[in-house]
Amino acid sequence: MAEEKDIIIRLDHISKSFGDKKVLDDISFYVKRGEFMTFLGPSGCGKTTMLRLIAGFGKPDEGTVTMEGKVINDVPPYQRKLNTVFQRYALFPHLDVYDNVAFGLKLQKVPEDEIEKRVKKVLKLVSMSDYEDRDVESLSGGQQQRVAIARALINQPRVLLLDEPLAALDLKMRKDMQIELKEMHKKLGITFIYVTHDQEEALTLSDTIVVMNEGKIQQIGTPIDIYNEPVNAFVADFIGESNILKGRMIRDRRVAFIKHEFDCVDEGFGEDVKVDVVVRPEDIYFTTDPAKCQFKAKVNSCIFKGVHYEMWVDTDTGYELMIQDYDPYPVGSEVMLYIDPDDIQVMKKEREANTYAGKVTGEGKVEFLDTEFNCDTTGFQTGDEVVATIRFEKVDLLDHEEEADLTGNVVFILYMGDHYHLTVKTEAGENIWVDTNDIWDKGDFVGIKILPEDIQLSKPVTVHE
Amino acid sequence: MNKRSSWALPYFIFMVLFVVLPLVMILLYALQDGSGHFTFANITKFFTDKDALSTFALSIEVAIENTLLCILIGYPTAYILADNKLNRSAVTVVLFILPMWVNALMRTLATAELFSMAGVPLGKGTLLFGMCYDYLPFMIYPIYNQLKKMDKSYAEAAQDLGATPGQVFRKVTLPLSMPGVWSGVMMVFMPTVSTFAISEFLTNNKIKLFGTIIQENINNSMWNYGAALSLIMLLIILITTLLQGDDKQEETSGALI
Repeated sequence: MAEEKDIIIRLDHISKSFGDKKVLDDISFYVKRGEFMTFLGPSGCGKTTMLRLIAGFGKPDEGTVTMEGKVINDVPPYQRKLNTVFQRYALFPHLDVYDNVAFGLKLQKVPEDEIEKRVKKVLKLVSMSDYEDRDVESLSGGQQQRVAIARALINQPRVLLLDEPLAALDLKMRKDMQIELKEMHKKLGITFIYVTHDQEEALTLSDTIVVMNEGKIQQIGTPIDIYNEPVNAFVADFIGESNILKGRMIRDRRVAFIKHEFDCVDEGFGEDVKVDVVVRPEDIYFTTDPAKCQFKAKVNSCIFKGVHYEMWVDTDTGYELMIQDYDPYPVGSEVMLYIDPDDIQVMKKEREANTYAGKVTGEGKVEFLDTEFNCDTTGFQTGDEVVATIRFEKVDLLDHEEEADLTGNVVFILYMGDHYHLTVKTEAGENIWVDTNDIWDKGDFVGIKILPEDIQLSKPVTVHE
Repeated sequence: MNKRSSWALPYFIFMVLFVVLPLVMILLYALQDGSGHFTFANITKFFTDKDALSTFALSIEVAIENTLLCILIGYPTAYILADNKLNRSAVTVVLFILPMWVNALMRTLATAELFSMAGVPLGKGTLLFGMCYDYLPFMIYPIYNQLKKMDKSYAEAAQDLGATPGQVFRKVTLPLSMPGVWSGVMMVFMPTVSTFAISEFLTNNKIKLFGTIIQENINNSMWNYGAALSLIMLLIILITTLLQGDDKQEETSGALI
């Protein structure tokens, strides 16, 4: 935990909704002075909303935004000591480069000769010295980007907010700008808060990354922590390539997955506990030494990716794994493989089955997810509060709604080596997790069917103090 | 001529018949006397005719007043209509444009009738009211369009750089909406100079505008003098268009309906 004086911005229990949609759900974290922090997540995860709350465009429904110890919820953007680089730059088209950059200083009534000095200095910093009189619309994307950064920096903000500033640039330019931004951050010593959906950019630039999904923080950590020790399947899947597999912790430092047992370095999960396991594709090694071999597999495809080859192999136990290696192995060949204990990341299972709070509505009838289901209600009275449990593989997905109990959209797909683990969002906004062998696409509209015998009812657990 | 460009032929013929030819005829009539001899007399007559000159000055004055009035009422209206927080419904926009669906002459007649019912004496006040009523939508709509399509991030960027809401308007929103205002001015100023129906009905011809004397000359078969006056008016319009087109060339595009 950082000391209070080192913290420049703090968000406490921030929630924000647009209409019915909750975009930020109880967000709390802090940014240290001088830090390069990145909000990373897929589009619609709430990262831009979070940045806008810090900039002052919009107020949180709940919670407080604190800057240097003062709550700034009600401080308008023009009084906040921070500046923003907007996604589409938002350079004023009616002003030239000089006047765009000088905009903030002119508002503060800074003397003309000082403005000129400072504009020259900041334009030099972004390598745009000779462009003062140019029309902003005549500049290339990269040049506009630099002017936008200069315009934001000239006010000498304590915090610079950057909203996907490189998204509109081509790959080469993006890489160059990444390096320049990083150097600028080092040179200026101010706090940068950066928003991006590009995991590689986040890993390259940041001191700290906040990984977000569906309005919730998934993980906060250094790039190395987040890559090597993702806390859940979402983070593992979003950051880099990964093999995410169902596993079972046999005891400390011993885990089973793909129907083989491996040594690992994780402890404290307990014995015989279900877990998720992540193995990065570059961490599965080929060997010719039978003594080292932990499992065998057959190469199923091999694609050249520039620096490395990407291969999919079928293990002798029927799982599919992705492997990256500098050397290709011919398709169809039998290979021997092993994984270092260090490279196996064990994660606590977030849930083992779907559970919903519900109510018995009659003999053999129960209501949950805003829907009435038939099931065995033996032992329960009408009106009883119950918890309904449905195993992931017992939920059927249909491509039509006629026979379905309810409908939803596929929002997240995870390949688990031998099946897909889907997150389906119902119309009411509840999540149903489904294990299936069928191939669905993200965004697919699906009918959801649950058979009576697959619903198990239990009494709600009441917590006694 | 290739196949494609031959498609333009009907339009070309139309333009020649209904745009170029009348213009040439105005020019010819303006530079002839009653018996068909070439002369500048019609033009010089205007510049020595005190009545015509003062009518012309009055027309310009009324047109400027009407345009300013339209900006004064039209800009705030357009601003409110374009603001998502102040106006949530597209219906309100249609309500403001709706009067354009009714023939201008009928609206003017109805307005005159209302004034006589209310016992308001006809004069310059009623004239300006009628003109403003007729031309206001032409001012509101281009400004509304310009404001509506303006990227909100400009205003946000200005705020972010320290501009108060008032400064945001003065330094960003207003300058960026000027192309819309210029389009509005074009569409209000020029027709007001040449209108005669509104002044006829709403002042009982007490106030004569430039359009009125052109119409009177033509009606009295003074074709040559009428044509000369029309030519002068065309030149004035041309000059104002060029003047404002110079500095606002590329920006006016797209601001019109």
